[in-house]
Amino acid sequence: MNLAEYRHAAAHWLRENVPTDDYPEADGIARAKEFMAKLYDAGYSGITWPKQWGGQGLTQAEERVFAEEARHYVLPTYVFSIGLGMTGPTIVDRGSDALRERFVRPLLRGEEIWCQLFSEPGAGSDVASLQTRAVRDGDHWIVNGQKVWTSVAHHADWGLLLARTNVDVPKHKGLTMFVIDMHHPGVTVRPLKDMSGRANFNEVFFDNVPIPDEHRVGEVDDGWSVAVTTLLHERLSISAGVGMGGQKDHPASVEALRRALDTSDPLVRDELVELHIRTRALALFNQRLAQETKAGLFPGARGSAAKLLLAELTLYQADLATRLAGPEAALADHPLARAISMAPGMALGGGTNEIMRNIVGDRVLGLPPEPRVDKTVPFKDLKVGTQA
Amino acid sequence: MKLVLSQEQQELRAAVRDFLRAASPLPKVRDGYDPQVYARLNGELGLSGLIVPEEYGGAGAGLSELAVALEETGAALLPGPFLATAFAALALTQVPDKELQSGIAEGRVAATLSTTELSLDGGAVSGTLAQVLSGSEADVLVAPARDGDAPVLVAVELAGPGVSRTALETLDLTRDQATIVLAGAPARVLGPAPESGVFERVCVALAAEQLGVMRAALDAIVAYAKIRVAFGRYIGSYQGVKHKLADMHCKLEQAESIVRYAAWAADESPEELPEAAALAQAYVGRACFEVARDHLLLHGGIGYTWEHDAHLFYKRAKADEVLLGPPRIHRARLAQLLEL
Repeated sequence: MNLAEYRHAAAHWLRENVPTDDYPEADGIARAKEFMAKLYDAGYSGITWPKQWGGQGLTQAEERVFAEEARHYVLPTYVFSIGLGMTGPTIVDRGSDALRERFVRPLLRGEEIWCQLFSEPGAGSDVASLQTRAVRDGDHWIVNGQKVWTSVAHHADWGLLLARTNVDVPKHKGLTMFVIDMHHPGVTVRPLKDMSGRANFNEVFFDNVPIPDEHRVGEVDDGWSVAVTTLLHERLSISAGVGMGGQKDHPASVEALRRALDTSDPLVRDELVELHIRTRALALFNQRLAQETKAGLFPGARGSAAKLLLAELTLYQADLATRLAGPEAALADHPLARAISMAPGMALGGGTNEIMRNIVGDRVLGLPPEPRVDKTVPFKDLKVGTQA
Repeated sequence: MKLVLSQEQQELRAAVRDFLRAASPLPKVRDGYDPQVYARLNGELGLSGLIVPEEYGGAGAGLSELAVALEETGAALLPGPFLATAFAALALTQVPDKELQSGIAEGRVAATLSTTELSLDGGAVSGTLAQVLSGSEADVLVAPARDGDAPVLVAVELAGPGVSRTALETLDLTRDQATIVLAGAPARVLGPAPESGVFERVCVALAAEQLGVMRAALDAIVAYAKIRVAFGRYIGSYQGVKHKLADMHCKLEQAESIVRYAAWAADESPEELPEAAALAQAYVGRACFEVARDHLLLHGGIGYTWEHDAHLFYKRAKADEVLLGPPRIHRARLAQLLEL
């Protein structure tokens, strides 16, 4: 099938199969799973993933064509996004064949939902200083500790867990990656409300949770290199596709603001021009990264520049729009009040702006690293978290 | 839309970059225009004929290729009439003229373009052009002129009668401007003045040069941040410096994306060109100056000295930002095109 035929078939499938009604909260998951299974059976889930493990084994070109067609719809796939964007690719890249065999296909078919368990209250930007312990006990590991900011944990069947397995070596060298069963009675998931009032993520507590050694991803104490794989996928999945389509539904887009505002005021016009310039600049950068990827040039750490720019645009845009709108933007149910409440999220999730600037500086520009006091000290002797 | 360079474009870039590194290194640019370098640029690399149609001895390439070349001449702060000639050649792609275009392609003729309208009377033009880019270096002026109702594009021999030129002392040491007074200077009518498309292409070409200027400025300060030590550490290891450099890199990435897009629009999608061209000047012109400014500041005191090259980039960036008019005109144009 050539690309034009592929596009035609994808457009047809989407038209016939994407549900158009709103999902009632209650049966949202069941219906999302039903849709995901149809998507997989039609060959549109895991388009570029290896055939051997349940993917379609096609190229970025097909994936891009499908994404372009899918942009006209809202696919009910949110609960699968962590699995599809981060934990799944990590299992494919770094898992054993047994893990790939067991987990990839059910993930792609939406039979199982995944979450990612890295951050902790004392380990955010510096995630390698995490304190959740996994201690070996025969052919199992016993896990105790706490994770935070865990999206979709309350729906998840499985979690990709980064835990400390050795405290006698420097912090990056004593971590191991595991797949953990989120249904084990020792796992407690508590919703965590964010500043916008929504509870889209959770706190997760582990109380003597056993993990079979076969559920280890990568070597013992080599979890950091596995985590780097996951984080790279995370940043790419955040920045990819951003600004590719219109922003017509965004209450702070140029389109929405021009409808709401008196644009005969030259000051308003100039603010909207500035917003247009910044929006276009980032959209074109993202398109260039996508074209490079398609041409076989992997953007790598430059994806962090795109993520940083998106975070800054998101904040700027909501800030500008509320200033242009005036007092009504300060009422809780105004769309711009929601936008300004949600705006900081992009600058914090998936790596703060400061961390993104470090990555661009170190890995794109090749600047000398900051001197570190934590690289050679055994973890047990290191200061971590918040200390008075 | 094409935002990534082709194999041929990458080869062109490498060829121009290698040539300029050898023929016009930074220490040399303070000496100003070197006609020999300019002749070799056109002879060995054929750069002046890049966008001249093949039938007139050029390479018949598009603005996408010209942008690649201008990015390199910008990065090298190349003095001389290359940019001005490119502006004129862009106008001539809309109003072809065999004599002038083949002269440009052969490297015999350096030209410049004015947007100020002259008055035309019986084959002679009059008017005062206050600041003409490469006005002392160019052989021919291409300008709009009006004789009664229909505006035309004319060519004026600048060494001919009725022309007086006064070189101006410019902020940017590497680039000439001159006042040109025309008093009944003989002019050749090239054809009707195009209603649109020339200024837009000039905007994109300038943005390509600005992209090169900002890339070179960022490269210079990144290199310095890797070798300069303060308080026992390389300055590039401090977040106060590193984060600023990261932000400058972000601007460069966006500027390159816009330049590729605008050049593609000029070549392949002219209906998108007006907005793309205004966007290119509105974004890249500002970003170029900001990056050049911060590159100078991050050098510390040495960057403020006459002997250091930092001020050359800073001044070129500022001169470029205002070359086509006060930058607000590009923002006003965007507002108009967006129907705000």
